[in-house]
Amino acid sequence: MRLSYLIPLALFLLIGIGLAVGLTLNPREIPSALIGKPVPEFSLPPVQGRTLGLATADLKTGEPQVVNVFASWCVPCRVEHPLLMALKRDNLAAIHGLNYKDDPADVAKWLDQLGDPFTRTGADRNGRVGIDWGVYGVPETFIVDGTGQIVCKHVGPLMEYDLQTKIRPILADLKAGRPSRVKC
Amino acid sequence: MIPELGHIALILALCLALVQGVLPLVGAARSLQGWIALAPQAALGQAVLVAFAFGCLTYAYVTSDFSVLNVAENSHTLKPMLYKISGVWGNHEGSLLLWILILVIFGAAVAVFGRNLPATLKARVLSIQGLIGVGFLSFILFTSNPFARLLPAPLEGRGLNPLLQDPGLAFHPPFLYLGYVGFSVAFSFAVAALIEGRVDPAWARWVRPWTLAAWCFLTIGIALGSWWAYYELGWGGWWFWDPVENASFMPWLAGTALLHSAVVVEKRDTLKSWTVLLAILTFSLSLLGTFLVRSGVINSVHAFATDPTRGVFILIFLAVVVGGSLTLYAWRGPALQATGVFAPLSREGALVLNNLLLAVACAAVLLGTLYPLALDAINGAKVSVGPQYFNAVFIPLTAPLVAAIAIGPMLAWKRGDLTAALRRLLPAAIAVLVALGIGLYLQNGRSFMALLGLSLVGWLGIGALCELALRIKLFAAPLGDSLSRARGLPRAAWGMTVAHLGVALLVMGITVSETWQVEVQQVMKPGDVTTVGPVQYRFDGVMPIKGPNYTAQQGRFTVLSDGRPVREMMPAQRRYQQPPMETTEAAIHSSVAADLYAVVGEGDAERGWAVRLYWKPLVSWIWLGALIMALGGFLSLSDRRLRVGAPKRAAITAAAAE
Repeated sequence: MRLSYLIPLALFLLIGIGLAVGLTLNPREIPSALIGKPVPEFSLPPVQGRTLGLATADLKTGEPQVVNVFASWCVPCRVEHPLLMALKRDNLAAIHGLNYKDDPADVAKWLDQLGDPFTRTGADRNGRVGIDWGVYGVPETFIVDGTGQIVCKHVGPLMEYDLQTKIRPILADLKAGRPSRVKC
Repeated sequence: MIPELGHIALILALCLALVQGVLPLVGAARSLQGWIALAPQAALGQAVLVAFAFGCLTYAYVTSDFSVLNVAENSHTLKPMLYKISGVWGNHEGSLLLWILILVIFGAAVAVFGRNLPATLKARVLSIQGLIGVGFLSFILFTSNPFARLLPAPLEGRGLNPLLQDPGLAFHPPFLYLGYVGFSVAFSFAVAALIEGRVDPAWARWVRPWTLAAWCFLTIGIALGSWWAYYELGWGGWWFWDPVENASFMPWLAGTALLHSAVVVEKRDTLKSWTVLLAILTFSLSLLGTFLVRSGVINSVHAFATDPTRGVFILIFLAVVVGGSLTLYAWRGPALQATGVFAPLSREGALVLNNLLLAVACAAVLLGTLYPLALDAINGAKVSVGPQYFNAVFIPLTAPLVAAIAIGPMLAWKRGDLTAALRRLLPAAIAVLVALGIGLYLQNGRSFMALLGLSLVGWLGIGALCELALRIKLFAAPLGDSLSRARGLPRAAWGMTVAHLGVALLVMGITVSETWQVEVQQVMKPGDVTTVGPVQYRFDGVMPIKGPNYTAQQGRFTVLSDGRPVREMMPAQRRYQQPPMETTEAAIHSSVAADLYAVVGEGDAERGWAVRLYWKPLVSWIWLGALIMALGGFLSLSDRRLRVGAPKRAAITAAAAE
C-alpha cells in the first residue's frame, strides 16, 4: 500500500467529520444576541430633508415601535417598501428607519418617490450604528417594546406573510400589554 | 390498499437488493456459477418491484388520495395534472423514490445491455449496484416512507410549493437524477475493477457509455435548473453559486474529467488508478450533493424540509460507500499498473491537463460550498461564500481549460507536435484577433473579462472547426471526397466536435450577456416609456387576473422598436392560495439575438409600480450551448464502437503481462 493512495481517504474522513459536526448545527439560525436586550446606545441625525433623527431615547417612549434597516441601493428593500407603507397605514406602531450606508441624495429621492413610511429616520452613513445593532445585511426589521428592549428581529425583506403571522400579532400583543406567544 | 401494495413492493425490493448485493459478489469470488447468474435476474426483479411502487405513489397523487400523508402534504385537487404527477418527486420522500427507480433502471440496463461483459465482472458490478440499492431502500423505508397513511384523511391537500409548479422544474429532477445515479454505474465498475485488480482498455470501453449517458443527462438537468432559476426566480440571473447548484455542478465537473480520462485508459492503457479514483469521486460527489440537500447542514433556497435522523442516515451511508470504496482504493489502487509510456506533449498529456484543471475547479467549488459549514463547526461563525469567490477562482481555472480544448484534439497520441498543432490552429488565432478587435470596438476595452471571453470563443469555435476540417481534408481534397470522409467519420469524433462547439456557444452566451446586458430598475406609471438597450418598454398598467389556483397582478408592457410596437409582455406577481405564497412571474421573450425580460413588483396606481426591465443579448446561447454539449454526448454515445464487439480482453492482458 503506497501512502499517496491514502490521501483521498484521509481527505474524505476530514470532510466527513466536518459534516458530522455540521449536522448538530442549525444554519438557518442567525444568532440574534440582541433579542431581549436593550437597544444599543446611539444617536443619529435625520436623513437629508427630514427633521426627526433617531436615538436610543426615542425608542423608550412606552409605546412599541418598529425599526427598519434599509438603504436605497438595496433591491429587497424596494420589494418590502410597499409593505412598510401598509404597516404604517395600520397605525399599530411608529416605524423608524435606520438608513444604512447610504448616499444622502439617493435616500431623499427614494423616500420622496416611493413614499415615506417612517416617523423618525437615522442616517448611519458609515454603518457604525448598524454594527451595534448587529446588522447582517439590509433589510432587517426590529420590534422594540416600550422600554427599549428588542423583542424581535426579522432578517431579509418582509413579506405579507411575515406581517400577518409575526409583525402585526406581536405589535398587537405589546400594545395590549400581554406577553406575546408568537414566535419571532 | 394500493399504497400498501407499493410499500410491500419496496420491502420486497430491499430483500432482493440484499440478495443481489451479497450472493453474486461471493459467487464471483468463489466461482459459483449459479450465484453469479443470479445478478441479472435480481436486477430485473428489483426494477419491476420499484417501478410498481413508484406507479402506486403516482396513482395516489393522480387520484388525490389524501389519506396518504405525502400526497396530503404536497398535492391539491386544484393542481393541474402535470404538477400532480411532478408533485410525486417534488418532495423528499417521492424524490428519493424516483432516485431509487432510476438506480434500479440503470441496474436493469446493465443486466440487459451488458451481454458482452465477462460474467464475473458483470456480477460484481450488479452486486455493487445492489448494495447501493440496499442503502437507499433502507433509507426510504426506515426514515422517509412515502406511503405513510394519514387518518382521518383531510378533505384537501396542502399543495405544492408554487415555485415548483413549473414545466422546467417538473423535468429538472428526473434529468438530474439520471445524471447523479448514472454515475453509480461508473462507480460500480470502478469498485468491481478494484476487487478484480484489473483495469484495461476493455474496462474503459465498457464504463464509457454509462458515464457518457449520465453526463449527458446531468448536463441537461443542470441546464434546465439554471433556465428555471432564470425565468422563475425573477432576478434575471441564471447561476447563483447556491450550495445546491454547486452540489449538482461538482459531479458534473468530476464526470467531465472522468469522460476524458477514460479515453486515455482506452487508447493508451495508462492513467488507470486516477480514472478509477475519478469514478469513485464522481459518484461520491453525487451522494454528497444528496446529503447537503436533504440533511439541512447548509442553508439554501432549494433545500428540502429537513430532519436530523435523515442527515445521520445519509452521513453513515456516505461513510460506508465513500469511505469503503476509498479504503479499497488505497489497498488495491497501487496494483493498477500503467503499461503505456507517457509524454507530456501528446493527446494524453493534454487530457491530463484537462483532468487537472477540472479536478482543481471541482475542488475549489467543494471548498467554497463547505467552507461556511467548516467555519460554523470550528468556531460558530456564520459566513456565506458568494459569487465573488467562485468567479475569482473559477474563471482563471476554466479559461486555460477552454483554451486547451482547441489544442488537445490536434495533438497525436503518444507524441504530439505542439508547433505543428499550433500551425494548424492559425485560423483560430486569426479568429482571436478578430474577436479582440470586435470586443475593443464594441466596448472600448473596459472589461478584460469580455475580451478574454470573446477571444476564447474565437479560439475554441474556429479551433474545433479546424480540427474537423483537417479530419475530412476540407480544401485539401476535392469537396466530394471531403463529404464522404465526413460521412465516414466515427460518431464519437462528431460528438467531440459538437460538444466542444457547445462549450464555445456557452462561453459566448455568458460573455456577451454579462458584458452588454442592460438593466433598468425604476418606478413606472401607466403610459411611461423607458429605453432599455435598443428597445423601449411602454408600461400600459396592471390588471388583476385569476389562474386555476392563484390570483395575480399582471403588468402589461408594449415593447417598441424604433417607435413601433413589436410585442406585448405580461409579467405578473402571483399569489397562490394553497400554500399561501407569492411568486414573481417574469415575462420573457427569447430569441437567438437577445432576450427581453420584464418583472413587475409591488405598487399602486397612485405612485406607480416598481419594475425591472432587461435587454439580455445572447443569453439563450448559454442553455443552447449546454444542450449542444449534451447532444454531442449523445452523438458519441451512438458510436458503433460502443455498441458492438468489445475488444478481446485476454489478448490484451497477455500482452500487458509481458
